[in-house]
Amino acid sequence: MTGRARTIHLTVVALLATMAVGSLLMIVAGASPLHAWGQLLQKTLGERQGFGQVLFRATPLVFTGLAVAVPLRAGLFNIGGEGQLTAAALACAVVAAALPPGLPAPLAVLIATAVAFLAGAAVGAATGAMRIYRGAHEVIVAIGLNAIIAGVALWLGNRSLFVGESTRTATIPAAAQLPELGLAGSNASVSALGALAVAALMAWLLARTRVGFTWRMTGQGLDAARAAGLPVDRARVWAMTVAGGMAGLAGAHFVLGHKHAYEDGLGRGVGFLGIAVALLAQGEALAIIGAALVFGVLGQGGLAIASDVPKEMVDVLQAVVVLVAAASLGRRRA
Amino acid sequence: MTGFVASLITLGFLAQVLRIAIPYVLAALGGTLSERAGVIDLALEAKLLMGAFAAAVLGYETGSIAVGIAGAAAAGVAVAAIQALWSVRLGADQVVTGIALNLGAFGFTRYFLGVRYGQGANSPRFDGVGTGVLTNPITWIAAALVALVVVGLWQTRLGLRVRAVGERPDAVAAAGVSVARVRWAAVLIGGAIAGVGGAQLSLPVDGFVAEASGGRGYVALAAVIMSGWRPGRAALWCLAFGLADAVQYRMQTHGVGLPAELTRLLPYVLALVLLAVWPRRVAPPRALGQPD
Repeated sequence: MTGRARTIHLTVVALLATMAVGSLLMIVAGASPLHAWGQLLQKTLGERQGFGQVLFRATPLVFTGLAVAVPLRAGLFNIGGEGQLTAAALACAVVAAALPPGLPAPLAVLIATAVAFLAGAAVGAATGAMRIYRGAHEVIVAIGLNAIIAGVALWLGNRSLFVGESTRTATIPAAAQLPELGLAGSNASVSALGALAVAALMAWLLARTRVGFTWRMTGQGLDAARAAGLPVDRARVWAMTVAGGMAGLAGAHFVLGHKHAYEDGLGRGVGFLGIAVALLAQGEALAIIGAALVFGVLGQGGLAIASDVPKEMVDVLQAVVVLVAAASLGRRRA
Repeated sequence: MTGFVASLITLGFLAQVLRIAIPYVLAALGGTLSERAGVIDLALEAKLLMGAFAAAVLGYETGSIAVGIAGAAAAGVAVAAIQALWSVRLGADQVVTGIALNLGAFGFTRYFLGVRYGQGANSPRFDGVGTGVLTNPITWIAAALVALVVVGLWQTRLGLRVRAVGERPDAVAAAGVSVARVRWAAVLIGGAIAGVGGAQLSLPVDGFVAEASGGRGYVALAAVIMSGWRPGRAALWCLAFGLADAVQYRMQTHGVGLPAELTRLLPYVLALVLLAVWPRRVAPPRALGQPD
C-alpha cells in the first residue's frame, strides 16, 4: 500500500473499531448507542460552546501528539509526556509568577513559554540519553520519570510553592495570561493558534530540514543510517529533547491559557492521550491536528453523556485506536 | 530513628517485604516467559491491574477467594490473549500493543466499576485474604510458581522451546515445531502468572482501588531486564524492589527521613539508577520484538 492509502485504511479501521467498541460500551451501560452518539456529536460539533471546548481539549493534544510523533519518526517511543508536561507546567507557572511587573505581555508570554519548552526538553533529553548512552529501555525510563516528577512536583508544591492550604501555585500576572478566543464562553484560548503554528513548524522540520531527514532515516533503518555516516545517536537524543519540549508546550497551554497557575494533577492523562493522537495520525505532523480534534470530540462528548455512560469509555476507545495503530505500525516496520 | 531501625529487624517487616514483593515477583515471572519467547511484555501493568480487578469483583460477587484468584489468572490470560493475537498473529508493534493494553485496562476497570457499582474509584469491600503472609494462599502459589518457572524454563521441553523461539525462531521452525504455538503458550502462561500477581494487590486489602497496579508492571519489567531474562534472579530483584517499598512505608509511619511524597518514589528511583548503572553482560533474547 502507498502511504496515503495506508493512512486512509488505518483511519477507516480505527473509526469503525471505535464506533463498534463505543456502541458496545454504551449498550452495556444501558444507553442507546444511536441516542448517545447523537448526543455526543450534538454537544460538541453542534454547539458553539461545545465546539470551543473541543478546541480547548484538542490544543494540548496537538502538542503531546507531536511529542510522540517526532521520536516515533526517529524510531523511539516517548511515553514520558505526562512527566514532561508536569515539569514544564510547574516551571512555567513559577517563573511566570516571578516575572517583574510591567513587563510587556508578548515578552512575558514568550519567556514563560520558553521556560516550559526548556523544562520539558530537559526531561526528554534525560530520557533519550538514558536510552542511547546507557541502553535503558526508554519506555521504562519514561514511566519511572513520570512517577518521580509527579512526586517531586507535589513535594515542591506542598513544601513551598502552593498558596496557603491549596494545591495551587500563585496566580501568574495578567501580562503572561493568554487571551481566550471568545467562543461562547468556552475555555479555548489563543494557544489553539499556537498549536497550529507549531504543528506546521514540525511538519516543515521533519520534511525539509537536515535534522528531520536524519530522524526519518534513523527511524527507517538504524544501521543503514549509521553506515551512511549520519549522526544517529545525537539525532535520537535530539528527537527526545524536542519531544519533551513539545509536551512542555502543552504544559504552557494549561498554565498560560487556562488555569493561570500550576495545580496538582494539571493536564493529567493528556500526555498519554498524545500517544493515541500521534498513532492515529501515523506520525504525520499535520495529520495530528485532525487526530487531536477527533479526541477532543470524544473527550468533550464523553463528558456530555457521562450521566448515561461512564466517561472512562473514552479511555477504552483511546486504547482501541492505539491497538489498531499498533497492528498497522508493525506491518510497516516489518 | 532507633524505633524506625528496630522496626526493620522484625519478622513483621520481613512479612511485609514478602507481601509487597509478590505482585512484582509474579509479574516478572510472567514477563520473563513471554520475553524469553520473543514477545516484548510491556503489558504487565495491564495484567496486574486486570488481575487485581477481577479478583476483587469476583471475590465480592461470589464470596469465594478461590474464584477470585482463578478470575485473576483468567483476566491475565485475557489480556495476554489480545497481546498474543496482536504480537504473534498480526505482527503488530509490540511496544505500542503493550501500552495500548495498559491504557485500555486503566479505562476498562473504571468504566466497569462505574457501570456496575455506580462509581469508578473502587470496588465494594469484602472479606479478602487479610494482611497475614502465611495465611494468604497467594504466598504459597507464588512460591510454587517461582520454582515451577525456574525448573520449567531450564529443564523441560516446553522451556527449551520457549527459549529457542526467542533466540532462533527459524531453527525451531526448521525442526518442525510451530513458533507461533510456542509463543502463544508462553505469553498465555505468563499472563496467568502475572494476573495472579494482580490478585495480591486487591485481596489482601479487601477490595480493588482504581490504578491499583501503580506502575509495578513497569518496575517488574525492569527487574526482568536487569536479571538478564533469568526468572530466579528476576524474582530476587523483585524482592529488592519489595524491600525498597517496605522501607519507604516504614519511613512514612515513623516520620523518618524524606517527606512522604519523596519516599514513595524509592522503587522508581532504584529501578532507574539500576537500569543506568547495572552492567549488562547478558544480551536480550535475539528475536525479542521480531514478529517472525
